[in-house]
Amino acid sequence: MDTKDYKNVFVFAEQREGAVQSVAFELLGKARDLADTLGEKVVAVLLGHGVKAQAQALIASGADEVIVADAPELKDYLTEPYSQALYQIIAQYKPNIVLYGATTIGRDLAPRLAARLRTGLTADCTRLEVVADEKSKGEPQFRMTRPAFGGNLMATIICPDNRPQMSTVRPGVMRKRPADAGRKGVVTAFSPVFDANRFKVRLVETLRKEKSGSDISEAKVLVSGGRGVHDKEGFQTLRRLADVLGGEVASSRAMVDAGVMPHERQVGQTGKTVRPALYVACGISGAIQHLAGMEESGFIIAINKDKFAPIFSVADLGIVGDVHQIVPLLTERLKKEI
Amino acid sequence: MHIIVCIKQVPDTTEIRIDPVKGTLVREGIPSIMNPDDKGGLELALRFKELYGAQVTVISMGPPQADMILREAFAMGVDRAILLSDRKFAGADTLATSYALAGAIRTLDFDLVIAGRQAIDGDTAQVGPELAEHLDLPQVSYVVGAERLADGRLRVKKENEDSVQTLEVEGKCVLTVLASAFEPRYMQVSGIVDAYSREVEVWSADRLDVDETKLGLSGSPTKVFQSFPKALKAPGKLCEACAEEAVEIMVNTLKEKHLI
Repeated sequence: MDTKDYKNVFVFAEQREGAVQSVAFELLGKARDLADTLGEKVVAVLLGHGVKAQAQALIASGADEVIVADAPELKDYLTEPYSQALYQIIAQYKPNIVLYGATTIGRDLAPRLAARLRTGLTADCTRLEVVADEKSKGEPQFRMTRPAFGGNLMATIICPDNRPQMSTVRPGVMRKRPADAGRKGVVTAFSPVFDANRFKVRLVETLRKEKSGSDISEAKVLVSGGRGVHDKEGFQTLRRLADVLGGEVASSRAMVDAGVMPHERQVGQTGKTVRPALYVACGISGAIQHLAGMEESGFIIAINKDKFAPIFSVADLGIVGDVHQIVPLLTERLKKEI
Repeated sequence: MHIIVCIKQVPDTTEIRIDPVKGTLVREGIPSIMNPDDKGGLELALRFKELYGAQVTVISMGPPQADMILREAFAMGVDRAILLSDRKFAGADTLATSYALAGAIRTLDFDLVIAGRQAIDGDTAQVGPELAEHLDLPQVSYVVGAERLADGRLRVKKENEDSVQTLEVEGKCVLTVLASAFEPRYMQVSGIVDAYSREVEVWSADRLDVDETKLGLSGSPTKVFQSFPKALKAPGKLCEACAEEAVEIMVNTLKEKHLI
């Protein structure tokens, strides 16, 4: 394989029920930086049915070109039709880099393709960069950094001899660029040739999960509770503080496992990655898996009884004390301020 | 019905601590366990064994010490255990790992392959789908429920971020499952005693249906460029005042930072 034949940074523009997911726009932001460093193009790949109208939004967020494969076989995500379509696109266009959201779709599709293409894939990257230094003999090298050992260690991975170089990134990790509606780009239609004999999985039904409020990964302020909050009543107290601050309530894994909070509110390695402007951690000790999901927050306040709790290692302001006493006092005091 | 379950021995990452002075991983005394999602997969296979009379074989790739989790699997009720152990597998990334597993599974007669969604030491969730591609079989990942229909097809529930899907699969396939959906059974007391007299088959690379150049480090497209402990953040302010004072400090800080 001559790696020089492979050019441009591709983003898999994941859509669900026709709506492009915000992680795709976040990836375009990062792809733009990488492509500018490499002097290459950003290409979004949009697979679906009746989704062409979404292409302009991808251009506005940084794509130079959008390849649209529009077919009834691609309406709902299924591994095999999506793998066939994307495989053909990659085989024809030979991208240098392909980025996917680390969602249940991206983490199903990307490894399937990695094996079909016989190339490398790095999961859940938190940093992606192109660097030319003495270690890469002056050639631009794509370096993918990800947490390992449950977030205890960081590893930078390279894929020197195989192309495309592929990575997944969790939602909320990269930043989208402000959309520029006047940005110009090319929309290219692609018609995959499907081998339906290989379609062995049939979608019977999709049941939407009921949402209990808004998405914590979109909130500007999060008031998050752990074991020290004890129970649902404790979370009511956090809710009142979140309301005063105009934010949402989140949870550590412990309280989700205890059945006190729903999984969609969980922050951390097995929950969501969040980066609100303000994160108030209440009664959370701060397991490394939790820290991995919130340490990029703008400002972190931690309230905990135990002055040695690891949460204080990432807090900008740590308060040693009882959440049950401090949170109601803070809520009342803030009502007077705001 | 013959079910193959892929399991991995992992360090219990919830027990790993960082040396606060050196900033390195403290690995001593960290217990090795059967990866939780894999154990969930094993539980699903054992339920199938009870419901449909399946035979269950577990396969693991790893050093000789991984023998432990295969004996644990015996004690839980599996029929056969295979350990792929060879220096030629060393340094494998997910592509080379899944390739080796596929090379072993291909030599067996089977109807279903189950793996955990992801391992807690790597969290990649890649080996299952890559294995399915190497075996040229369909896959369903993030599985939280599975049953066999009268005509032999599988009906599977998959959990996404925003939905639960019901899917039907025709023929052989690979499922990757979530531990949370399949609470594993305890080992049986008689099984524990028995587990030490059972044979764990150890297979080296020459036993597999593989091209040996695609194994281990040389068969891995990804390489570790460097690894390093997470950069520690500069410590913030820690305050041990009474509640009223603490509230004042928080309010003043929020104002200073223009957060209110």
